[in-house]
Amino acid sequence: MFFLLPYTVCNPCRRVNMMRFLLLFSRQGKLRLQKWFTAMTDREKKKIIREMTTIVLARQPRSCNFLQWKDLKIIYKRYASLYFCLAVENQENELLALEVIHRYVELLDKYFGNVCELDIIFNFEKAYFILDEFLMGGEIQETSKQIVNRAIESSDMLQEDDHSEWYEVELFGP
Amino acid sequence: MSDVMEKTLTALPSLLSLDSQPGSAKLSANSKLGNLIRGITELTSKHEEEKLIQRELSSIKEQVSSPNTTMRQMKELMVRTIYCEMLGYEASFSYIHAIKLAQQGNVLEKRVGYLAVSLFLNESHELLLLLVNTVLKDLQSTNLIEVCMALTVVSQMFPKDMIPAILPLVEEKLSHSKEIIRRKAVLALYKFYLIAPNQVQHIHNKFRKALCDKDPGVMSASLHIYLQLIQENPEGYKDLTMSFVTILKQVVMGKLPMDFNYHCVPAPWLQIHLLRILSLLGKNDQSMSEIMYEILDESLQRAEMNHNITYAILYECVKCIYTIHPKPDLLEKAAKCIGSFVLSPRINLKYLGLKALTYVVQQDPKLVLQHQMTIIECLDHPDLIIKRETLELLFRITNAQNVTVIVEKMLDFLQVSEDNHTTIDLVGKVAELAEKYAPDNEWFIETMNTVFSVGGDVMQPDIPNSFLKLLLEGFDSVEEDKKLRLFAVNSYVSLLQGEPSRLPQRFLQVICWVLGEYAHLNEDVEPDAVLRLLAKLLDMKSSTSETKSWVLIAMTKLCSGGAAFSVAHEVSETYGSSMDTMLRQRAQELQHLSQDSALQSRVFPRSGSQEPVEVDSSLSFLDGFVSEALAAGAAPYKPPHQRQEEMSRSKVLSLEPYGLSLPISMSSCSVTDRQSPTLLSMSSSLSGDSAELSHKASSTTLKLDGVTRVWGREGYLVQREPVQEAAQVEAPSPLRSPRQQGDEDSPHSQTPTPTPTPESEQEKQQLASSLFVGLASPSSVSLMGKSEQTSQRFRRKARIQDKPPTSGEQINNLPPGGAADLLLDSNVSSELVSSLEQTHRNSLDLTANGACDAELPDGDVKEIKTPLSTDDSVLAAGLSPHEGPDRPKDLCLTSYLPAELSGLSHSEITLLCTNQSLDLSACHVQKEDCVELVVFIKNSSDSAAHQLQMQISCEEIEVSCVCDSPVEELKSHSVTVCQYFLTVKRPSVCFDLVGMVYYQLAAGSLQTAQFLYKLPLTSFIRPLAVSTEEYGTMWLAFSHDTKQNLPLMKDEREPLTATLNLLKTKLQLHVVEIIGEEGIVACCLRPDQQCLLHCRMHAGMLAAWLRSPVPDLPDSLLYHCQRALQER
Repeated sequence: MFFLLPYTVCNPCRRVNMMRFLLLFSRQGKLRLQKWFTAMTDREKKKIIREMTTIVLARQPRSCNFLQWKDLKIIYKRYASLYFCLAVENQENELLALEVIHRYVELLDKYFGNVCELDIIFNFEKAYFILDEFLMGGEIQETSKQIVNRAIESSDMLQEDDHSEWYEVELFGP
Repeated sequence: MSDVMEKTLTALPSLLSLDSQPGSAKLSANSKLGNLIRGITELTSKHEEEKLIQRELSSIKEQVSSPNTTMRQMKELMVRTIYCEMLGYEASFSYIHAIKLAQQGNVLEKRVGYLAVSLFLNESHELLLLLVNTVLKDLQSTNLIEVCMALTVVSQMFPKDMIPAILPLVEEKLSHSKEIIRRKAVLALYKFYLIAPNQVQHIHNKFRKALCDKDPGVMSASLHIYLQLIQENPEGYKDLTMSFVTILKQVVMGKLPMDFNYHCVPAPWLQIHLLRILSLLGKNDQSMSEIMYEILDESLQRAEMNHNITYAILYECVKCIYTIHPKPDLLEKAAKCIGSFVLSPRINLKYLGLKALTYVVQQDPKLVLQHQMTIIECLDHPDLIIKRETLELLFRITNAQNVTVIVEKMLDFLQVSEDNHTTIDLVGKVAELAEKYAPDNEWFIETMNTVFSVGGDVMQPDIPNSFLKLLLEGFDSVEEDKKLRLFAVNSYVSLLQGEPSRLPQRFLQVICWVLGEYAHLNEDVEPDAVLRLLAKLLDMKSSTSETKSWVLIAMTKLCSGGAAFSVAHEVSETYGSSMDTMLRQRAQELQHLSQDSALQSRVFPRSGSQEPVEVDSSLSFLDGFVSEALAAGAAPYKPPHQRQEEMSRSKVLSLEPYGLSLPISMSSCSVTDRQSPTLLSMSSSLSGDSAELSHKASSTTLKLDGVTRVWGREGYLVQREPVQEAAQVEAPSPLRSPRQQGDEDSPHSQTPTPTPTPESEQEKQQLASSLFVGLASPSSVSLMGKSEQTSQRFRRKARIQDKPPTSGEQINNLPPGGAADLLLDSNVSSELVSSLEQTHRNSLDLTANGACDAELPDGDVKEIKTPLSTDDSVLAAGLSPHEGPDRPKDLCLTSYLPAELSGLSHSEITLLCTNQSLDLSACHVQKEDCVELVVFIKNSSDSAAHQLQMQISCEEIEVSCVCDSPVEELKSHSVTVCQYFLTVKRPSVCFDLVGMVYYQLAAGSLQTAQFLYKLPLTSFIRPLAVSTEEYGTMWLAFSHDTKQNLPLMKDEREPLTATLNLLKTKLQLHVVEIIGEEGIVACCLRPDQQCLLHCRMHAGMLAAWLRSPVPDLPDSLLYHCQRALQER
């Protein structure tokens, strides 16, 4: 009678988030925003940022918005001088990821009113807050523009006396 | 909307000096951050920037550590620090202050604090433990915004070990009155489920409530969890199919609030989630699929707007339609849809179209024919991504007729690609195709030469291995084998005569082996000439010592004969004194064997190389030596894991800071309780590992999730109807020549490119006919259905004693075969799948002599399915004895229970699997030091079964069997018993033992039967009798722990005693002592796998704290405690 030696672990349903990271960088390759949905060391992050900016900035104008990078799909789009670059699982739907980027831009636009790169540079923490309302742990959380915006604006308006009731109506609807 | 940001944006500095900025930007431009940013943009060199930032950081550092800094200032400082970190400058001094800000600030400041924490730290960072208390506090806050912030940070990063501390609070939020809180709580639980599935097992029914939530946002958040759950176990959620269909119907019909629309499309993200869930539920399930047809049709029709998001939905729809049980008219519509993607002038859609084609090509190869001209254009596309995707498609339509063209295209691509990942992947594909379809020896060897030179040292190691194995084992004709080997030898000799220093190391190793084995086949080449060529490799600077030892082995094989001797002697002289022990050893061998040709021919027999070498892996011949050494006082050998464990244990002891004798207070799960630095590092390494693992798994195995698995190593395995059905539906005759078809399609496909000249057009048509040959002609039937003679050419010989591969890597790298399809959706691990393939390959080859190795006999399919469908009952039987329908069988099998076990109590005997010839049943007996599994094999057929062999495996359990020779003969209607000792290697809540029985019926064909036996952890738990003092020392020594509040039996007079007694009886724990409100309990799995429980009554709950030297044991045991107390 013979035994198979211990197998290596290989789970057919790997448990991972849909999205891995989101980077915003300028045409000059300056990083404007970074969001990592999986744990990574600073070294890895720096390496990825460097590689992403080089690869994406080198793309020819009329090529498609998707890239294969290692075992991930990179979806990028340029809005004016700013590149949005989102890494997703290989099996993901690329067009959908492209629309995730677009919805984020719309959310920024709604909040800042005609958003431009400078808005994001000077108020990057706001851009992060909006992102956190829109995506959570690498998955879509809320796609409604109104709801995301309401959540952000009402926490912006908070004053020191934060135990009053009025803002709750603002934030969570009547 | 894409022009949202297309605003006039002139140079940065000039804008900054103006005050006419939009409101928010203007405000901060005058702030300190604004000054910093302005300062940076005015600089001209990187060096200046570095100086400026360093100055900024040191001033920040000074301010944050000053006690006079208010939280408001801290918030501003933190924002600046985030900016500096984003520019790539490290500011780790600020991390602790970020945590402090989240802890102490008011809501606005807290928000920045949490943001900084989530940007600075990752979930394995040790400082994160300091955040746990803050999160706990904020989760209980009456301020909803604080609760939101806490939930956000929790779902983003939270130490895995700390989840139990906050789980009840998050759970509570599922029934919160505000939907935003419920939604975030659901997502946080989803995150917990991903990182620690065991811990959220008990709230599955609450997920159902979330699915039925009146708020669509909460409902769609719960779909994340369901998608994951259904992926793991589609059978368990079939009852929800109708609900998902209804939800999708409502969404598609536009019943959701307008808020959820995205560019006039109702809730696209929700739709896509539902479509993915439906395709998992409808896979291989006709009745479920029938429920979905209507809504899928509706979705296809509704999505007609020309916008990316509608195409994204269409793509998911098409995938779903091709995944579930096929319906002709839907397939037709889906095919049309793919057509519109492929022909679209928009490059993104074209890309997705190619992806969709790749997905469906196995079921509908004619669809590829329709679009062949487009595909050829894509092959020459300037964008490499499109090219790469096209090759992926071509890979799937490769057959013996088009293999040369396709492989050539792939190799062309490899020349231009720079990405390692792509190279590894493509090289593997080329090797696979070459092995499967090579038209002749020359082509095969030359292609493999290119594979080895291009793939070099990055390719998967199994490529050279299987190539060598192929040469060694040969094919059916001896003459052919010889020709192939001879060709390889000639080719390599000429390569070595060229410039071998340019070849990668792996390739050189292959060359060495082949020359060593087969150089004698070429009589024109003198052995000493070959030896000299090899010796040249030794002198090359680039050769690694691994390659050198391959060279020396090859020389050892070749060195018989006079002229060769001098070369061998010279080489062994040089390397006999090498610093590398391996090389020295090889050189010694070379020296001795070159002098003694009789011994050499005994060690390296020329003809007998195919005989399997018997290896005494127990090294029993060394026994005498070992016992002598032991007698002389040497330390006994310890396996590496034991050594490591002992080392870590001693470390734990030495690092424990103060001599706490017993955990005294655990009223709050705060970090202050956990002062041991080892605990901190322990937890961080744990969660770090899990992330790494998933990365590794993804990079080493071919990713095939979600792709219908119909390709095996033997080529295309057709056993599904879609091909035939599609054939009936498709109007165009498959007999039309590719050229005609190309003519028809070209007008559409040319849209994106300028009109090609007639010559280039003709070229393309030629390429088309060579690429798509075999897909339309009658011979394609043989490609798709039965095996072709030519395609079998390089298949390895089937061997009766083909032992299963011993290394896990090899198993995982096997391409999936037919059986995988059936099994994918069950929660059986992929190992089972690949081992199944193995057996199938064996049995099929033997029975049918390769005549029909593409089809799976029905009987086999049932064999596999039976054990799986009984999963649940087996689990139930394992956990609590119940009256099953198999009672009579049980009674009669009991008599076969081995005599030595008859005195002990055994679990219910459950029927695991039946097929035409065998009935397999099993039960387990709890012995003092292990669990014994008893498998009853009953031959229910009328003929005897021979050579019964059984193997049982489980990742987490060590299986050893009582008697390990095969059962020679099992007479008709008789029963045999196999016994196995099981001990736990790695604790888990429940263990799945996968078993497989091989046997031969009278006909001589190898048959197999599969089964799955589930055992809960409780079967392994034994009471551990220790004194309170011993308990105290052990407690301090153990490093893995977990805490959770458990329900208390409050209605009893002495709740603590009653609860502990219940645990004692149900789980066989040992209650060490109960003092007042605290109790200590101990148990073990094996003497070295202890687990200690410290319980304390607190606020009407039982606060349990578990510690163990074994990772995962506290979590798993806690689960069973919880279950035992809930079931009571």
